[in-house]
Amino acid sequence: MEGNIEAMGALIGAGLACTGMGGAAIGVGLVAGNYLSGALRNPSAAASQTAMLFIGIAFAEAFGIFSFLVALLLMFAL
Amino acid sequence: MDQFLVTPLFGDGSLHWYSPSNVTVWMILAWVATVLLLVVGTRKRANVPGRVQMMAELLFQFVRNMVRDVAGPDALRYFPLIMTAFMFVMFSNLLGLLPMSFTTTSHIAVTASLALTVFVSVTVLGFVKHGLGFLGLFWISAAPLPLRPVLAVIELMSYFVRPVSHSIRLAGNMMAGHAMIKVFAAFAGVLGVGAVLPIVAIAAVYALELLVAFIQAYVFTILTCVYLRDALHPQH
Repeated sequence: MEGNIEAMGALIGAGLACTGMGGAAIGVGLVAGNYLSGALRNPSAAASQTAMLFIGIAFAEAFGIFSFLVALLLMFAL
Repeated sequence: MDQFLVTPLFGDGSLHWYSPSNVTVWMILAWVATVLLLVVGTRKRANVPGRVQMMAELLFQFVRNMVRDVAGPDALRYFPLIMTAFMFVMFSNLLGLLPMSFTTTSHIAVTASLALTVFVSVTVLGFVKHGLGFLGLFWISAAPLPLRPVLAVIELMSYFVRPVSHSIRLAGNMMAGHAMIKVFAAFAGVLGVGAVLPIVAIAAVYALELLVAFIQAYVFTILTCVYLRDALHPQH
């Protein structure tokens, strides 16, 4: 087998970094699911909390984005 | 993928900072769309709004309520900036969904400019409004005293990571959605008669992307409001 072992390592690392997105997916699901269960308990308060829902999703999603960023850096910047 | 390539409009294909490219064209189109909706669409100022004026008023009310609820009533002074960012991001996202178009917001350079504008202006605003009291944002007086230096380091890190996540969230979402449509389109090219399945999937993904285009503009704007609130009221 021939090839650039450094590039191979970077690509494997990029793939591994993408597993971090799974954690972000769990986080986003928790936020949305808890919002829904809360909204079903008290539907009258649900509309006023949609902004908080999206802020929570955005913050949970940020860490998935960091893993995506690491993957991009490994693939293109190193 | 060639849909993300920045190509100059004129000349021999070399790209300089001043050369007009497809990015320029689609940014101008986003601006034109905003002007058409908000200026031309509301020109008649009808008491009973038509469809276009209705859309413009809905968006205006939507963003205005968001600024007031999230950032506080005193943040309404900065509403024009936030409305501009929202309309630009939304129309860039939506125009990018047209076939053969170019999504300006799928490039980190574009979104980073937007996010850095927000970050720098909000930081400067915080220091102008509160002086060194703005640093109280990092010194959480509600926490026990031994914990505060540790929390200050964490808060400082999370503060400087803001423009990164703010910009890459938008660019990543736009890029991933378009790449997904492209992958399904490649399936359709390979399968022949069985291409019906990927085409149905493309339609579904496209509908999802319409939603994502709007939601990402919304998220971008609401995070701007959150950062603005921190600058206006640094005490927790």
